[in-house]
Amino acid sequence: MKGVLSICLFVIVLLTGWQSLVSGFDLPHYILPSPMRVVTAFTTHFWLILRHATVTFSEVMLGLIFGALLGGMTAIALAASPVIRAVMRPMMVLSQALPVFALAPILTLWLGYGLVPKIIMALLIIYFPVTSSFFDGLMRTPSGMLDMARVMGAKPSAILLHIRIPAGVPGLASGMRLAAVYAPIGAIIGEWVGASEGLGYLMLLANGRAKIDLMFAALFMLVVMTLALHFLVDRLATLAVRRIDPSAAS
Amino acid sequence: MISPSLTIKGDAHIGSQLIFKAACLEIPADGWTCLLGRSGVGKTTILKLIAGLDEHISFTGDISSSDAMPLAGRIALMSQTDNLLPWLSVRGNVMLGSRMRREHGQSDQADALIERVGLTEFSDRKPHTLSGGMRQRVALARTLMEDRPIMLLDEPFSALDAGLRAEMQELAAELFAGKTVLLITHDPAEAARMGDRLYLMTGGGIEDLKAILPQQPKQPQQTVREFDSAEVLAATGSLLSKLREIP
Repeated sequence: MKGVLSICLFVIVLLTGWQSLVSGFDLPHYILPSPMRVVTAFTTHFWLILRHATVTFSEVMLGLIFGALLGGMTAIALAASPVIRAVMRPMMVLSQALPVFALAPILTLWLGYGLVPKIIMALLIIYFPVTSSFFDGLMRTPSGMLDMARVMGAKPSAILLHIRIPAGVPGLASGMRLAAVYAPIGAIIGEWVGASEGLGYLMLLANGRAKIDLMFAALFMLVVMTLALHFLVDRLATLAVRRIDPSAAS
Repeated sequence: MISPSLTIKGDAHIGSQLIFKAACLEIPADGWTCLLGRSGVGKTTILKLIAGLDEHISFTGDISSSDAMPLAGRIALMSQTDNLLPWLSVRGNVMLGSRMRREHGQSDQADALIERVGLTEFSDRKPHTLSGGMRQRVALARTLMEDRPIMLLDEPFSALDAGLRAEMQELAAELFAGKTVLLITHDPAEAARMGDRLYLMTGGGIEDLKAILPQQPKQPQQTVREFDSAEVLAATGSLLSKLREIP
């Protein structure tokens, strides 16, 4: 309740500041439109914005799902085998030295203007945080549990399946919380570089035609979408963590 | 399986730190051997060595059993932390070993053991809903479920309050009857009460203290000595002085 109240207060302060900025400096609407103009643009172009939002949403969701799968499998492979760890870790660190944004034009060149390069951008941007958080979780299994399992005569694969992976779920959950916020960035970058639909495309298009009110309306939609995704993933992550360790504070 | 007796002879180091030198530890079959020592002298190292969890320990010497068979697969471990998996029920935790080894049809045995530790009505509950004493009883049932002749206990009761500890000692003595038990402890009263053999571990050595234990052996029907008998109290006192003599 306190959270909702502080958000409302923040929005009111923001809108008041914005409106007084526009009125006070007498800014033209093609530099900074007033909040009311943005609301009008949002309602008149609602279906247009929604259509583009759906495209971006699909890119983000698919990027999240594939990124989580790929990151999860990489983390398990890394945790399972010291050899894989020795080979792949330097490669992963090196790959992080390469800015993912720089890959966007190449992906568009190779894969065209469709959904695929955007999904891959979203996937690439979340791959490292998901992998590294889950991997940390997998490696932090209490040593007493591992000793016990070894004395029980369990094979390493059984220990991984029955103890380490469930115990690593909180790590995966915190990785997914980050991923939910990062994935839209990847998709939007992908759309900026080359697309025929999506919120990123709509924003560029509106900007180019000095329809700043529409650009702000599309931006607003993007913020709402990202927030909704954040709350959804956060909720799922919390549920998963509670299932693994009901005593954990969250 | 018939319980073997164990003999450990040799030197052990972790890195450059000496854990013990020229030690000789005899662990008789069918009885409780207590290894007493202050915190941090390497009691757990010996236990890890026997259990085959000795990754970082360099050991020169010999660990042998009376039947000359390998120890792997004949040992069960119980430690101070109960190591219960929070996402499994009591029954799930008790059956963890058999599930990981893909053995089937053990649930009757698990239920019987849960009953013996008095937790039948809690068998579907998750560990976080149980008290510390109940959790340690689950750990006891899980250790018994392994049905191994050698039990290695690493201060399993030391986190419990005094009343619960005495209760758990009696329950464990009853349930582990007939097995070869090595109990690591820093509690002189526990050693005086439980031990058939007693060793004191000091920095670098292991001393046989059988002489300090109450002379009168445990009665055949009796699994532990009475904690308030004069002999046990006297032995507890001498063990405490011995512990305090260690620099």
